[in-house]
Amino acid sequence: MDTTPDALRQRVLAALDSLTDPEIPVVTLRELGILRDVRTTPEGLEVVITPTYSGCPAMGQIEDDVKATLAGLGIEARVVTQLSPAWTTDWMSDEAKEKLRVYGIAPPHATPAPEVSVVRFMRRPQAELVACPKCGSTHTVLSSQFGSTACKALYKCLDCQEPFDYFKPY
Amino acid sequence: MSTTVDYLLHLADNAVVLGQRDAEWCGHGPILEEDLALANVSLDLIGQARLLYQRAAALKGGGATEDSLAYFRDAADFRNYTLLELPHHGPLVGYAAADRDYATTIVRNFLYSALMVHVWDALTKSADSELAAIAAKSLKEATYHLHHSRDWLVRLGDGTEESHARAQAAVDHLIPYTEEFWTVSPAETAAVETGVGVDVRTLRAAWDALVNDALAEATLSRPEVRGYVTQGKVGLHSEHLSFLLAEMQSLARAYPNGSW
Repeated sequence: MDTTPDALRQRVLAALDSLTDPEIPVVTLRELGILRDVRTTPEGLEVVITPTYSGCPAMGQIEDDVKATLAGLGIEARVVTQLSPAWTTDWMSDEAKEKLRVYGIAPPHATPAPEVSVVRFMRRPQAELVACPKCGSTHTVLSSQFGSTACKALYKCLDCQEPFDYFKPY
Repeated sequence: MSTTVDYLLHLADNAVVLGQRDAEWCGHGPILEEDLALANVSLDLIGQARLLYQRAAALKGGGATEDSLAYFRDAADFRNYTLLELPHHGPLVGYAAADRDYATTIVRNFLYSALMVHVWDALTKSADSELAAIAAKSLKEATYHLHHSRDWLVRLGDGTEESHARAQAAVDHLIPYTEEFWTVSPAETAAVETGVGVDVRTLRAAWDALVNDALAEATLSRPEVRGYVTQGKVGLHSEHLSFLLAEMQSLARAYPNGSW
């Protein structure tokens, strides 16, 4: 077996590619942008992950899953949590967004471009125009800004009556 | 280094104390959606507190951990705003009891998140790169907390006679506590000097504009403020913090270093 650092790195990446989000099992950690990097350092391999919401309870599970996968391969690697740059839903791939939609979660829109803060915070928050993941109608209404998890809001489709989660831009 | 630790503890204590208060609604929310919303806001705040305590513990050294800072300090060591430790109801005399009042919860969350969006935004440029990274995340979360609480402030204020009266009473009760935001503590002064912290007084005009705009839309009036300015951020707290900590810290103190 090829044991050069780069080959090892590729094996780790391939193995970690099978790991999915504990709460949204249709998308992988890499597609969500949580798994940032696998890098070779003088001290050995490092797997870099970044937390989503500060208090997301899935992060502990994600770290455990990564460690268990590495242990299963018999590979020694450190798991490093890196905060900067801050995770954003803009890192989600288009494939991941489509998987979310098929799963019944409306995928996040792009985050708004940065503006002068005073203006940004003063503006009255507008509910976003979100398409129903089931029938595609944008005739939908926000029912609550927080859903079953911090990263999602609750919407309702006024055409097909489907209540659904919207993955909020972060 | 210790000035940075003191400043981080101020930010972390704010987050953990309000996180604990908001979590008191878990399972008791006025409607299911709000029960979930408050639990999620709470999770964000506790997550922010963890990151800040972890950073403080790393700088402090000597075996400090996020748990030792959150669970093994007493009320006088906490540096949170007094506003955040108050129960979810108006002022009471002696041993009088009251139900939780959602207007108080919403107004408090609004007043705090209207400040924190500006604080976190400024701290994304902190000289402490780890704090800057935490601020960048927290800003995204505080913005959602602001939207949530502002939305409900308007619904309650511009709602029924009863909801208007309760929202106005909550505003009258809580606004005086916000004077503490603008009285700079020694820890804040030191952190501003090193470039780690932000001078909150520079944020006051923006906070005022945000609060006045929302109160106007909610058809609520802003009370004139005079009298005593609370000093939770230098460790002088109301009687409520000890009770809050007793509950929050009891498990960790009964089973030190316990894990499962």
